[in-house]
Amino acid sequence: MTVMSYLGAIGAAQREAMDADERVIIIGEDVEANVYGTTGGGKSRSDKGDFLQRYGKNRIRNTPISEEGIVGAAAGAAMTGLRPIVDLSYSSFLYMAMDQFVNQVAKNRYMFGGQASMPVVFRSAMFYGLNTGAHHSDRPYPMFMNVPGLKIIAPATPADAKGLLRSAVDSDDPVLSFEACLLWSTKEDVDENEFWVPLGVARTAREGTDVTVVAISSSVPEAVAAAEELAKEGVSVEVIDPRTLVPLDRNAILRSVAKTGRLVVAEPAHRTCGAAAEISALVAEEIFDSLKAPIIRVTAPDMQIPFSPSLEKQMYPTRATIAAAIRRVVDLPALQPVAAAV
Amino acid sequence: MAELARDTLREMQLRMLRIRAFDERASKMVKRGHIPGTVHTSIGQEAQVVGATMALGTGDYMSGNHRSHGHPIGKGSPLGPLMAELVGKATGVCKGKGGSLHLADFAVGSLGESGIVGSSIPIANGAALSSKVLNNGKVALAFFGDGAANQGVLYESMNMAGVWDLPMIFLCENNQYALSTPAHTVTSGNIFERAAGFGMPGIRVEAGQDVLAVYDAVSEAVARARAGDGPTLVEVMTYRYNEHSEGLKLGTDYRNADEREAWLKKDPIVLFRQYLASQGFSEEELDGLQATALAEVDAAVAFSDASPYPDLSVAFDDLYTDKESAA
Repeated sequence: MTVMSYLGAIGAAQREAMDADERVIIIGEDVEANVYGTTGGGKSRSDKGDFLQRYGKNRIRNTPISEEGIVGAAAGAAMTGLRPIVDLSYSSFLYMAMDQFVNQVAKNRYMFGGQASMPVVFRSAMFYGLNTGAHHSDRPYPMFMNVPGLKIIAPATPADAKGLLRSAVDSDDPVLSFEACLLWSTKEDVDENEFWVPLGVARTAREGTDVTVVAISSSVPEAVAAAEELAKEGVSVEVIDPRTLVPLDRNAILRSVAKTGRLVVAEPAHRTCGAAAEISALVAEEIFDSLKAPIIRVTAPDMQIPFSPSLEKQMYPTRATIAAAIRRVVDLPALQPVAAAV
Repeated sequence: MAELARDTLREMQLRMLRIRAFDERASKMVKRGHIPGTVHTSIGQEAQVVGATMALGTGDYMSGNHRSHGHPIGKGSPLGPLMAELVGKATGVCKGKGGSLHLADFAVGSLGESGIVGSSIPIANGAALSSKVLNNGKVALAFFGDGAANQGVLYESMNMAGVWDLPMIFLCENNQYALSTPAHTVTSGNIFERAAGFGMPGIRVEAGQDVLAVYDAVSEAVARARAGDGPTLVEVMTYRYNEHSEGLKLGTDYRNADEREAWLKKDPIVLFRQYLASQGFSEEELDGLQATALAEVDAAVAFSDASPYPDLSVAFDDLYTDKESAA
């Protein structure tokens, strides 16, 4: 084991994947200069030289700023023998390529009766919470959950970032990876050897018996912190991190809620038609009789992300807003007025 | 013009006849309700399609558009599974899941037709990237119309192909109308001249109803691509005889009768038949090609008729490579 940051773990996974299979290439804006720190060495931006020296220009390619062309070319390359990893930097830029994602990447295998395999990974960073304004702060994974044919991962820890990315690269289906910048600098012990975290398998971040909190991306550490806080008041909280949103580990969620009888879902995306809405509906449809309290979602509100730090910080789930939701489902009195985002 | 073997010349005419016969039959089948939905025929554009597809090798890649039957036929795809796909049968080339708009036959390098104008251009570009990275000598060609020539993704793709020297041919099928809209009313300048902005050769084939003229132009582009000298934009001037799609009846006469008559006089199959006759092909042999194409289409329809519709249970197959991921 070695201490890795979230970003370093992604870099390590990309290096392992490049070493393991020469069909793996990395294309994207600024990947040659390792601007985002994932096309360098194993641990940090400056570590052990960069991928360009190691793998050459044939396999590490800077692209023009042409998201539609890049995503489409990656799809065509994946259909003809390569296994591209596409670095799209900010997740807000995915919208530029919406036609390619929806009409080509997601549909080609099905439309062509299974002739196409689409082994391609699209990585992008969700820059929310960093005062970058409305054009850089998106958390767009729920709208892609509405597109059959895509697989979606949202790792919340360095180990998952490494292991899920290896599985994503090895998948013969297209995978979108949404990486929260708020998690980039988090560190933990990660196996420096190769390992794979399977797609579609949730992780129990914390075990508990009274309330289930299903948390996504940067809401996971916030949910764990809320759980620690509530433990002091005798409330036992289980935190489930789905890790993969498509395919979703329905059984893990249902098992946990069947045990606890209470559900809070926390995610940084908008409220309407979000992952939290889907997970809430799943539980209500499947195990309504197990519920001892109404389900509560803790999400971003359905509005733009404001620039000013004083305005932005109340937009996303925090340990306080998640804790307040937990208190409601176990019928504890609120400690303070609940923020608008709940 | 390169000297072509008699077999190649014969094959060119046969493939054009196949496209004509296939699409004439498909048109009738749409009108009689035997093909659900609609189709977009390549009737009138056979020289442009076959000149381009026969300039490619079997292992080379192509992507196409909504005028979708000619491309795979031109690339050598068997007619039975194509016709069965149009009807929605289980034996269709895409198992009945794609239909006319989404024909694909990977066995002949057909990476798929597309119902979204311009959308499949980067797919071929990506195939060219594969060829470049894997150094396997294959080239890729994207078919798109004059309508798609005004989509931004074309220029994103041309720029990437240019800067990476991809073995790529951008093949503009300029049939001069985007549905009812004359190309010159929505297109600034000439399409082929746009290549200059990307530092690649741009060629217009004015004689786009002459299969050999198209073949020669595309063959040059293919040779350049295979030699590692990068992409080419080829614009072929052509004309569709039928309406944009079968069954479509527009209230306006957006194409005048004189124009149509002039193009009908340059019919690619008639022109090439005359050429073949001048090269010593007998009338009997040329009639035989026509009979062969018609018989192949009859057999394709019979194959489709005898095929079952897909079972409901397969509707959820092929969404992902593993069944577990489907909801």
